[in-house]
Amino acid sequence: MKFAIIEFPGSNCDHDAYHAAKHVLGQQAAFVWHKDTGLAGADAVVLPGGFSYGDYLRTGAIARFSPVMETVRQFAAEGGPVIGICNGFQVLLEAGLLEGALLRNRRLKFLCQHVHVRVEQTDTPFTGGAQVGQVLSLPIAHGEGSYHTTAETLASLEANRQVIFRYCSQDGAMQDAANPNGSLAAVAGICNPERNVVGLMPHPERACESALGSEDGRVVLESVVAAVAA
Amino acid sequence: MKTRVFVSLKASVFDPQGRTIVEALQSMGYGSVSDVRQGKYFEVDVDTGSADEARALVSEVADKLLANPVIESYRVEVDE
Repeated sequence: MKFAIIEFPGSNCDHDAYHAAKHVLGQQAAFVWHKDTGLAGADAVVLPGGFSYGDYLRTGAIARFSPVMETVRQFAAEGGPVIGICNGFQVLLEAGLLEGALLRNRRLKFLCQHVHVRVEQTDTPFTGGAQVGQVLSLPIAHGEGSYHTTAETLASLEANRQVIFRYCSQDGAMQDAANPNGSLAAVAGICNPERNVVGLMPHPERACESALGSEDGRVVLESVVAAVAA
Repeated sequence: MKTRVFVSLKASVFDPQGRTIVEALQSMGYGSVSDVRQGKYFEVDVDTGSADEARALVSEVADKLLANPVIESYRVEVDE
């Protein structure tokens, strides 16, 4: 299968995603510049991490107007798998492809560390190969990752099982100390109602090789490879 | 026409920067400062002679870009 990795000015995890897709998983991968309007025939789209447009105004607020986002929107509407990682998650929220917003971390610090996240739902193209309750060790690197939404939207996300990843302790317990940024309901990642668009703050693509400290992120990318092949 | 847009986090949204500023002020001895909310301020010039037109346009761009309605609210001022 082929991954399209969108590059905005200021993306800086595009090569991590490319490396994981191409060299670790042995799949095809192509960079797509944000001014392009095609997706290079890709089967899945990755909006990578970084600081698109310097995080001017709000994270992801300018990138959502890039020409490629209309193509991504259409690809998603047709059921194509789309994943936004970190800044990519912020872009998906600003674009309205996912619901909610990300605020400054509760203690205002840029957090660069490994965290544990629990897989809450496996009926998405990015978690199909995981088990419900599986705990993944993944790195985070963000200053604005505190998930926020209205009480009504949170209730609807929960009712529709759209919370896909939650921050947790090493043994999978929900506790405030394991919630690095103060996210509402410890939300680390969500999906859209159709379940084909997923966004998360942690970086699975940076946790695909033991030399990097964790291979737990592979299941996210391997899941979409399996989903596309199915 | 000169307009000003003030964007701030909704009251229901925790503002850690504002909280930090309050704590700094209180530690400086300004005990009567009970709350601070930090926001953004935009000066937007619009090529029109109509205040109503300017207000409508600036409100539209505030809705679409300057503020994120999930977490922020805004107020527009127009020079009459």
